[in-house]
Amino acid sequence: MEFIYYFGDVFAPISFLLLLVGTIGGLILGATPGLSPTMAVALLIPFTFHLEAVQGLILLGAAYTSTVAGGAVSAILLKIPGAPANIATTLDGHTMAKKGEGARALQLSFLASAVGGIFGVLLLIFLTPLLAKWALAFGPSHLFWLAILGVTIIGSLDSASVVKGLLSGCIGLWLATIGFDDIMGAQRFIFHPSLGGGINIIAALIGLFAIPQVLTMFAKGRRNDNIEVIEVKKHAIGDAVRELFSRKRAMAIGTSVGSIIGLIPGVGGQIAGLVAYDQTKKFSSEREKFGTGHSEGVIAAESANNAMVGPSLVPLLTLSIPGSPTAAVLLGGLLIHGIFPGTDLFDNHPDVAWTFINSMLIGQVLMCLFGLYVAGLAAKVAQVPQCVMAAVVLGLSVFGAYSVQSSMGDVYVMASLGVMMFFLERFGFSAAPLVLGLILGPIAEANFIQGSMIANATDGMGTYFLGGALNLVLIAIVIASIAYSVVMELRQNRAQNAEVTA
Amino acid sequence: MSRAQHIVPSGIVFAVGCWIAWVSFTQQPAEAFLFPRLISAAFVALAGWTFVKALLGWSKVGSGVSRTMALNLAPGLIVSLIYVFWLAKALGFYTATTLAFFVLLSLYDPAPHNEAKTWIKRAIITACFIAVMYGVFGLLLKVYTPREILF
Repeated sequence: MEFIYYFGDVFAPISFLLLLVGTIGGLILGATPGLSPTMAVALLIPFTFHLEAVQGLILLGAAYTSTVAGGAVSAILLKIPGAPANIATTLDGHTMAKKGEGARALQLSFLASAVGGIFGVLLLIFLTPLLAKWALAFGPSHLFWLAILGVTIIGSLDSASVVKGLLSGCIGLWLATIGFDDIMGAQRFIFHPSLGGGINIIAALIGLFAIPQVLTMFAKGRRNDNIEVIEVKKHAIGDAVRELFSRKRAMAIGTSVGSIIGLIPGVGGQIAGLVAYDQTKKFSSEREKFGTGHSEGVIAAESANNAMVGPSLVPLLTLSIPGSPTAAVLLGGLLIHGIFPGTDLFDNHPDVAWTFINSMLIGQVLMCLFGLYVAGLAAKVAQVPQCVMAAVVLGLSVFGAYSVQSSMGDVYVMASLGVMMFFLERFGFSAAPLVLGLILGPIAEANFIQGSMIANATDGMGTYFLGGALNLVLIAIVIASIAYSVVMELRQNRAQNAEVTA
Repeated sequence: MSRAQHIVPSGIVFAVGCWIAWVSFTQQPAEAFLFPRLISAAFVALAGWTFVKALLGWSKVGSGVSRTMALNLAPGLIVSLIYVFWLAKALGFYTATTLAFFVLLSLYDPAPHNEAKTWIKRAIITACFIAVMYGVFGLLLKVYTPREILF
């Protein structure tokens, strides 16, 4: 119950102001199609560099929570999911809006998001210290395998092709080795002076997540999207609250599915929303109404995608394995302040850890309160032409990358990685495993070197890295995640071939 | 997407992988390249497999770059690269950003170019954006950006 002790810190004037800014800004950014939660959080990181660690994390946490919920606004009013996590919301939410029930759909969506989100953060509060204590038993070989597990699990589950996902992870791990070696001081892969200090993680995050989105908007050309926003008529909030509690089954399925999926690294909100929607439909007595503007569909999808936010941070805060690309960006936010997740975070920086987690709890309530009022404004922002959005994101990326170390080298690195990622994505590679490789690379290398020193003095490399129960369990999970993805990919290819033949 | 569109990028990635492996296994001190050797071995194996798949026509993932897409992208990409790699330092951040922002808006805004109202709107949006950037980075965060001409 240590978290209660730090509750008051969230209400410190600057912290609370940042929580408000993050929540409202996140709702608006989340509602804007083309701006993913990961990109929104990546663009905010340079601002956190100028803040104290806890204040920076409050801003990032609030933005993460509310961008996921804000995506429902454009899903309901524009039929464009603000983020992949809101795809399932579109199915019934937009139909409700077309029937003139847009306000009811929005109210239910924000209320369900808050309930799911609060449950998810409570899970984070109670699971994290237990796992963090367990992480104490981890030696260098286990930490090395954990870092590799983080890269392979996202590489295999988050990519359309397992091989290209793992290759993206390898590219990230290699990029992490650029610069001077920590132990011998040797130069590695420095083919330009701006790479002398290695690749700056913030510049890389901005480049890998923001620049491909900018170029994707350019690639659409001079297009007039003519997005039509459905007008929102008034609806009593009390009725929405009563309806939410009368749909307990949808709420319970959405929240539990979201929480469980959130705990699995690499799976993400999109799957959480779709699985919750599907399961609620299966167990509903009104399953024929799904897809025709049924409130249970909105409640299940939105409670699930927000319930996964808290649990997705459990592997990050305890074992340094980000559960999602956005969690990987948050890890970058922690590392720039010299804070390492795991026991270090809870033993040496409990104020940072608990104030951040508590702020996410309060952020859920604020997101619900403001979401209902900001929805109209957010839908208008979603109509901003793509060309303006692309130019704004490009300008913000350049200033953001420069502001961290006042270095033009970081701007060049940001732009080069961004252009490279845009083209790699067109050929089936993905940014998430590459970022994970870049972030977890130094952790993997430090533990590999430390482990090899211990191994050379004791049983040898093979026994040290491949022996022991915990090592074997971690290796088995690495192999299982890759094997599962290979089987799924082969099945998908076979189904596609069968379709083509038919 | 044509087979060539799979072969060229996977060939480039494979070549980069081979170069990393060559550097990792030939440079000294060996201890500093222990981890890069491990990574490069996996890199070459995966990149090699991707390249072979592309050569045999088994690659199916990815949407590639169509001609229309390339034509749409080219002006924006060129302006962005000139802005980042040359203008930002040569003219100063704020002047370069103003120019790049206005040019990008003019290139991609679907509104007709022959109306004065459109140009005024673009100029106002650009001015507002630069004012916000100056307020946030120049005044609030006190980031000292390169300033060469004017601002």
